[in-house]
Amino acid sequence: MAENKKIKTPLFHIVNRGKDGVAWYYSLLIRAAAIVTALIVSGVMIMLLSGKNPIAVYTSMFNGVFGTPRRIWNLLQNVAILLCISLAVTPAFKMKFWNCGAEGQVLVGGLATVGVMMFLGDKMPLPLLIIVMIIASVVAGMIWALIPAVFKALWNTNETLFTLMMNYVAIQLVAYFLKVFVKDGSGVLTPMPQYGLPIIGKYQFLLNIIIVALLTFVAYIYLKYSKQGYEISVVGESENTAKYIGIGVKKVIIRTLMVSGAICGIAGLLLVGGTNHTISTTTVDGRGFTAIMVSWLAKFNPFYMVLTSFLIVFLDRGASQVSTDFRIPQTISDIVTGIILLFIIGCEFFLRYKIVFTKRVKEEG
Amino acid sequence: MVAFLVSAIRLGMMLLFGSTGETITEKSGHLNLGLPGVMCVGASCGCYAEYIYLSSCGENVIPVLAVLIPMLATFIGGAFMGLIFSFLTVTLRANQNVTGLALTTLGVGISDYMIDKTGDIYIKGALYFKASLPIADKLGWFGKVFLSHGILTYLAIVVALVTAFVLNKTKLGLHLRAVGENPGTADAAGINVLKYRYLATCIGGGIAGFGGLSFVMDYLNGNWEYVIDDIGWLAVALVIFTVWKPNLAIFGSLIFGGLYVASSYISGISFAGKELFKMLPYIVTIVVLIFTSMRSRKKNQPPESLGINYFREER
Repeated sequence: MAENKKIKTPLFHIVNRGKDGVAWYYSLLIRAAAIVTALIVSGVMIMLLSGKNPIAVYTSMFNGVFGTPRRIWNLLQNVAILLCISLAVTPAFKMKFWNCGAEGQVLVGGLATVGVMMFLGDKMPLPLLIIVMIIASVVAGMIWALIPAVFKALWNTNETLFTLMMNYVAIQLVAYFLKVFVKDGSGVLTPMPQYGLPIIGKYQFLLNIIIVALLTFVAYIYLKYSKQGYEISVVGESENTAKYIGIGVKKVIIRTLMVSGAICGIAGLLLVGGTNHTISTTTVDGRGFTAIMVSWLAKFNPFYMVLTSFLIVFLDRGASQVSTDFRIPQTISDIVTGIILLFIIGCEFFLRYKIVFTKRVKEEG
Repeated sequence: MVAFLVSAIRLGMMLLFGSTGETITEKSGHLNLGLPGVMCVGASCGCYAEYIYLSSCGENVIPVLAVLIPMLATFIGGAFMGLIFSFLTVTLRANQNVTGLALTTLGVGISDYMIDKTGDIYIKGALYFKASLPIADKLGWFGKVFLSHGILTYLAIVVALVTAFVLNKTKLGLHLRAVGENPGTADAAGINVLKYRYLATCIGGGIAGFGGLSFVMDYLNGNWEYVIDDIGWLAVALVIFTVWKPNLAIFGSLIFGGLYVASSYISGISFAGKELFKMLPYIVTIVVLIFTSMRSRKKNQPPESLGINYFREER
């Protein structure tokens, strides 16, 4: 052996922190640092685009979100819907089934609701109508999620791509519906608030918020304490283990996706029946995708999801206020959200791994 | 009919860029769901470069530069998005699906911002991109269908063929496929997995970026009014439709382009029917996806480690 050959040691290596992870204050610190860095980056960017000082930008952001009671209600409503969709995709993700089709599942849920409102609205009393609406939307969402699930379970068809394609089928289906059933040909369906979900007091969005809050608790208990929730996490961690201990993997995949699709259907119901009272191809507005990030950033914990969806809605609404105040295009909110998401995604690394610098060892002659 | 073919080819070639780029990326095991965002950013960078170049030159525009500068900017923009993706997923080990979707949000936002700046300048720029052989007009329908296109259309075919050749016939391609199929084995065989994944994703991003540029310049004639994200997803669909083979993608892209624009050219379809027609590319993709998974022929499968990150310590 050549004795003089220098052994190359890397400067540092990366160590998995393992299951225990890090102390809560450390994780909080890193996440906060990521968000602050991201806010600074996007603040600087907005400043460059608009020429305003960043403090004014942040003030306008806060004002846009919390400025008036109506804005706060809007905020809560948007958080509720995003949270609902995030809850829907979570069981599937825990199982490592990448359901990128929430967009379509919510949309068909909404389409079913609109269909019931339009064709049965004047034929039955309101309470009965609402029950039919609930059933229709849940079943529609369920079917839309069931199709990819069955193929995944039986033939291991790639679910990410399948569910993605289903989104666009759903969007075109809505476009078709609007062209056929909107008589004046404008493609815009007049809202039908008379057939909407009941309004509690004078707060239009309160019912949505209560339903989603309940759903959050139920989802937490379902995932954490029920037998089915346990089966989901086993299948997600290791399919072989699941088979070994006698869990029917196919059954779990199909059942979980039915749950996932059903909650998406409910989100569609809340969006159409409880909020817009109409539908368009952009009713879901990309929230099916945002929900994936919300759920993942919250580590699939429904209570953390309240925070992450709040963060994203805050950014979105805040940035849109900034754009009106400073006359820069609306789309700035997408850019800011994108940047911040990338920062948060990046910071997860420091929570899961630590960097260990290699100590230089003197080589023995 | 001729007009239909021309427009199908123009849209098809844009999809071809996107799907070739994504194929390279996916062969390395990266499922970059940021493709729509990458294409949007490619288009934005290219258009912005064109805007700067044309407005700084005034009258003395050199046509070659008016094409090359935006193309260079597009490639850099697309590759930069690929770089962000690989930095997050390879170095910081983030989840690929989530990273990709965040990139799409970012990219679509950026291109939305660029649209607001459109004026005549993009239309002027498009003229340079659409410069075609002078004999095209003299050859009747043949010339119109095959020779009337701008440089990007032909570049798309060349890039797809070169990619197919490199992937299947060279050592480089073999290594890349090994990385995508089984990074552990590739690593053991001495292939630098990280390098291949970084490079494939960046180059793939750059190529996909051309798709965005070609959409704005060739298909829309510089009349950039709406975002291209749903067409970006169509490019993702095309990758599956052609079972990860860029040479097949040349024909696949024509079929997709045809299906997408067909509704405007076939008379006798109601407005509503058109919407159903636009559903076809997605349904066709789903059918292909199902069939390839049912038949489970080794040749036609997605790369085995598609969407899964590779960490040496966690094997």
